[in-house]
Amino acid sequence: MTLPVVIDIKALDQLVQTLAKDRQVMGPVRRDGAVVYEEIQGVDDLPRGWIDEQEGGHYRLKREGDKLFGYTVGPSSWKRFLHPPKQTLWRAGGGGITPEPIAEDRFAFLGVRGCELAAIQVQDKVFMDGPYRDPHYAARRENLFIVAVNCTRAGATCFCASMDTGPKVNPGYDIALTEIDGGLLAEVGSDAGGAALAALTSRPATEADLAAAAQGIKDAEGQMGRKLNTDGLADILKDNPDHPRWSVVADACLNCANCTMVCPTCFCTTVDEVSALDSDEVSRENRWASCFTTEFSYVHGGAVRPGAKARYRQWMTHKLGTWWDQFDSSGCTGCGRCITWCPVGIDITEEAAAIRGEGG
Amino acid sequence: MAKPRLGVFKFSSCDGCQLSLLDCEDELLAVAGAIDIAYFPEATRSDDVGHYDIAFIEGSVTTPHEAEMIQDIRARSTALITLGACATSGGIQALKNGADTAAFIDAVYAHPEYIDTLDTATPISDHVTVDFELRGCPISKRDLIELVAATVVGRTPQTPSHAACIECKLAGHVCVMVSQGTPCLGPVTHAGCGALCPGYARGCYGCFGPKETPNTAALAAQLANHGADNRQIARLFSTFNTNAPEFRKEAEKHE
Ligand code: SF4
Ligand code: SF4
Ligand code: SF4
Ligand code: SF4
Repeated sequence: MTLPVVIDIKALDQLVQTLAKDRQVMGPVRRDGAVVYEEIQGVDDLPRGWIDEQEGGHYRLKREGDKLFGYTVGPSSWKRFLHPPKQTLWRAGGGGITPEPIAEDRFAFLGVRGCELAAIQVQDKVFMDGPYRDPHYAARRENLFIVAVNCTRAGATCFCASMDTGPKVNPGYDIALTEIDGGLLAEVGSDAGGAALAALTSRPATEADLAAAAQGIKDAEGQMGRKLNTDGLADILKDNPDHPRWSVVADACLNCANCTMVCPTCFCTTVDEVSALDSDEVSRENRWASCFTTEFSYVHGGAVRPGAKARYRQWMTHKLGTWWDQFDSSGCTGCGRCITWCPVGIDITEEAAAIRGEGG
Repeated sequence: MAKPRLGVFKFSSCDGCQLSLLDCEDELLAVAGAIDIAYFPEATRSDDVGHYDIAFIEGSVTTPHEAEMIQDIRARSTALITLGACATSGGIQALKNGADTAAFIDAVYAHPEYIDTLDTATPISDHVTVDFELRGCPISKRDLIELVAATVVGRTPQTPSHAACIECKLAGHVCVMVSQGTPCLGPVTHAGCGALCPGYARGCYGCFGPKETPNTAALAAQLANHGADNRQIARLFSTFNTNAPEFRKEAEKHE
């Protein structure tokens, strides 16, 4: 494999321009007080010099330093593009059914963190590896180019180190960047990544560059604000459906579903029928759904999970427990979004520890 | 198949929900093509006669006359559907419930003797059986079109009763509670508006009333953590859906 190189910001911009020739390049931008992922035109769109302060139910941006990737993860995730909030499946009318044409989106993602690449890989298993392949997801995924970023700063709700997903990204990227003084260390993860990198102005990485990048990643690891003990956790959760803690968390939980909306691995959808008023055309549309709603478990006569206690238990037991049985992986990658973006700051790591019988 | 015959009726309300129907400009012809708008004083001159397949009711019951009128309309309608917060929970005028109505009338009107009103503003469902309630102050155009489309083909309208937060996230808005500490009723409010206010960096005002299984107490506790005092919390729950039991109960705890 190609040896790591160092590129400067101008070369990164050049990479964005090159990728933009035949793709939509999505990357971090500052909007409405948060770093969110949107289409970017170049490096100038990045939230350079902004970092986030995160806690349970709390997120603020502030100016600090001049790093391009000093922020950690915000409310949006890449799931929005690969598995969009709404997706038409098929249309019917005039006596026939027409499947929706397969998505032609060609995305490049800039700034994919370790926890996020792991989340994409979790959704790959859900949408592509099982018997029910989602052709739209698969098409978008196959066309995807990933520029990952190794975190050199972690937030107070991050716990990727506990989940073995970061702060250094695991393989699966095309290019991985680590921000160091005076540039970005770039590593190649695929042939496409190698070709894209070879076209940029770069210099070979020195021992000092490699050491600086490793130190940055180590710093992030030391800053991890949360931790989750996963030892035997799946069984502990499955064995404790009647633990009193579920009632405690239910009293605080709003059933608002924000945790599932922001979670980069949550994949559930419902299907809406959309009927036209002026013709006999109808279509079926996929829409993000959540296990925190009554509708989700509604069967004839009522909801199987009528309230917050059953819903929170379902959600956490699935994420950290039964996901293993279903997909042979954890359903949580430690990104911390569900903690930060829960309006009341309910904390999956704290709840798991409490069920285990520690802290809380 | 004959087009269903529709009557649109107004009780105590501001007309905003009926206007949402006229506001369907692009879809109005399709709506008129799908249903026979037989009685709609805002838009047509025809008289209120005969039986209706669908009756749309806007507004709450606040006078003795209205209390009689709703019985008559119910008796002449197959499906009776309420439009908006007034018809569904009583509306902002339900702030008078439990207060001294006579004192209000004396304070507001030059000739109180002309006013013939009940002491309460109540939802239509307090008086007659309602087949479907469309939430909102005002209702959303999307919901209304969906209601008509679904009613015409005979299926249940898709107007999910989950939190406004889900629409907020679907739309890609940044949560104003988390990113600014702005009080927001989204977590306890029925979806329908598409999270309009958070899209403009405002908290949700609860126009669509309580969602299914709302945890108002937990939200109120967090609002207090963000610095809201009891009066502010009580007021937040006492607007367009003040008479909705879940909101009323929470407001009373902070009075
Ligand atoms: S959880 Fe880890 S990989 Fe994700 S943003 Fe935080 S430090 Fe980076
Ligand atoms: S469960 Fe929470 S921490 Fe885990 S991946 Fe989902 S949002 Fe991130
Ligand atoms: S855990 Fe938090 S974000 Fe999730 S449903 Fe409960 S209150 Fe909402
Ligand atoms: S802004 Fe309001 S509606 Fe939107 S997610 Fe936050 S609490 Fe919910």
